[in-house]
Amino acid sequence: MATYLEFERPIAELTSKIQDLSEMGEDSGINIAEEIERLREKRDKLVKKIYREATRAQICQLCRHPDRPYFLDYVPLLFESFQELHGDRAFADDAAIVGGLASFHGRAVVIVGHQKGRDTKEKLKRNFGMPRPEGYRKALRLFKLAERFEMPVLTFIDTAGAWPGIDAEERGQSEAIARNLMELANLRVPVICTVIGEGGSGGALAIGVGDRLYMQQFTTYSVISPEGCAAILWRDRKHAEEAAEALKPTARDLLEFGLIDGIIPEPDEGAHRDLAGAAREIDRVLTSALDELLQLPADTLLSQRHDRLRQVGVYEKS
Amino acid sequence: MSWITRLIEGPKKILSSRQAEMPEGIWIKCKGCGETIYNKEMQRHHMVCPKCGAHARISTKERARFLFDKNHWQEMDTELHSGDPLNFRDQKRYRDRLKEADKKSGTGDAVRNYVGAIHGLEVSSSMFEFSYMGGSMGSVVGEKIVRAMERAIDRHCPFLLVTASGGARMQEGMFSLMQMAKTSATVNRLRESGIPFVCLLTDPTMGGVSASVAWLGDVILAEPGALIGFAGPRVIQETVGETLPEGFQRSEFLLEHGLIDAIVDRREQRDYLHELLGKLNQKPYRH
Repeated sequence: MATYLEFERPIAELTSKIQDLSEMGEDSGINIAEEIERLREKRDKLVKKIYREATRAQICQLCRHPDRPYFLDYVPLLFESFQELHGDRAFADDAAIVGGLASFHGRAVVIVGHQKGRDTKEKLKRNFGMPRPEGYRKALRLFKLAERFEMPVLTFIDTAGAWPGIDAEERGQSEAIARNLMELANLRVPVICTVIGEGGSGGALAIGVGDRLYMQQFTTYSVISPEGCAAILWRDRKHAEEAAEALKPTARDLLEFGLIDGIIPEPDEGAHRDLAGAAREIDRVLTSALDELLQLPADTLLSQRHDRLRQVGVYEKS
Repeated sequence: MSWITRLIEGPKKILSSRQAEMPEGIWIKCKGCGETIYNKEMQRHHMVCPKCGAHARISTKERARFLFDKNHWQEMDTELHSGDPLNFRDQKRYRDRLKEADKKSGTGDAVRNYVGAIHGLEVSSSMFEFSYMGGSMGSVVGEKIVRAMERAIDRHCPFLLVTASGGARMQEGMFSLMQMAKTSATVNRLRESGIPFVCLLTDPTMGGVSASVAWLGDVILAEPGALIGFAGPRVIQETVGETLPEGFQRSEFLLEHGLIDAIVDRREQRDYLHELLGKLNQKPYRH
């Protein structure tokens, strides 16, 4: 059963009308194909219009749409022979981050991504995609594995943020994130990061430092959630829509700021209605980025990555 | 000409200890024990309560005065100022908030860079100014920290980072988040150059600053009783819905959990750092 957000409602209504008419057509034998065709055209136009004109606040909803594909939905479509590797070798296996060895068009790669959960049981198991320190330490272990065996790393970002819990603080959430930022900046293999949903602050960045950063069309990447920002700056979560506008967290905003390398287009109806279509676009972008990066010697790769990070920021001089 | 003689011979640039900020009023109420204490007595104790040992929050200028040799410190990189890349506006415009902060805390943004001497040992230092927009890290803060690190590499001197921050600066959006990556990436350069990097965490050090450069020091020290962590206590309380344990996220809690190297009283930091950096700099097995 598909879920529709408030602003997707008109699409839902037309879809069910078309559905009803097609069923009626079958039952009554009356030829209403023309009417259906007309409604379909209308629907296609509406779909394009609604998503093209989506506001920042609406994109913030789309990036965490309950039907949006998660990392593990894409894995079988993007990779051959995924072998999941578990645990941080120190404390636990954090199911909010999934990683392992995979084959990407015949090339061995390490893949790491956040994983939310689809049903209640899985949501709990995955802690709603909010990693604890052991999740980041598992990711780091896999990054180092990739470096040792000269494999590129592909990461997939989709988290509301790192887990804000007592246990996470006790085990050094800050240290785990900080160390990943430093180690990723110096990893001697290509690293390509893709936001496939919600890019939630430091919890996203901890697997998000690399040579290329892409975002799917209807995703966001933000220093703080619009709700969190509204609670602090407006002192009321109800101002989340205004905060979303002010934070400029969409793929289009970040491309304009020069903070990402490209937007991966989504099918007209969004990744949440067309998984295969969305996967094809990701595949296309990752393939060409990887072809390019695999040509670069490690020293060049690292100095380019260093330069990218060194120059980020906007300030004035007096 | 060594940098010290340059400092001494260029009196215009020297901030004497007398010019540094002094809190107003003759008496100060300690936030730890509530005792009223003679201001001069607090100053003599580096703004640590002589009765209960509570460490009051201090400005970077006060800290520089407490930490560095008299007349042997200089502020650097003062020409950098925040832009407004998002044209950000909440209930106030970001540009207006910056102006207010400039008025309140001076125009140094939330980090001030210094070159100074600790018992004659030169250090390059970045210190967070918590009174400037909660010590939040935006583009200027990131750039200043990186410059102070690069200065340490150029001058072959240790890098000292003193933190006091609520986290990344929301008003610069993703530019702020990326400062976490930028500053953390530069720690690799320090390590490659064999430059000692010591972090001193002070009250409070949270969020994006805690989860990046603050936790990457070769040695991580904290002042007693400082609140240090990733998520704020209120956020955690709301998320887990249970009362937080006594002393949660305080320096002593972090030490107990193996997350920091040591807690050092502010009145002993000068001597402690001098000894520590001396050892890290000595390299008796260098080949």
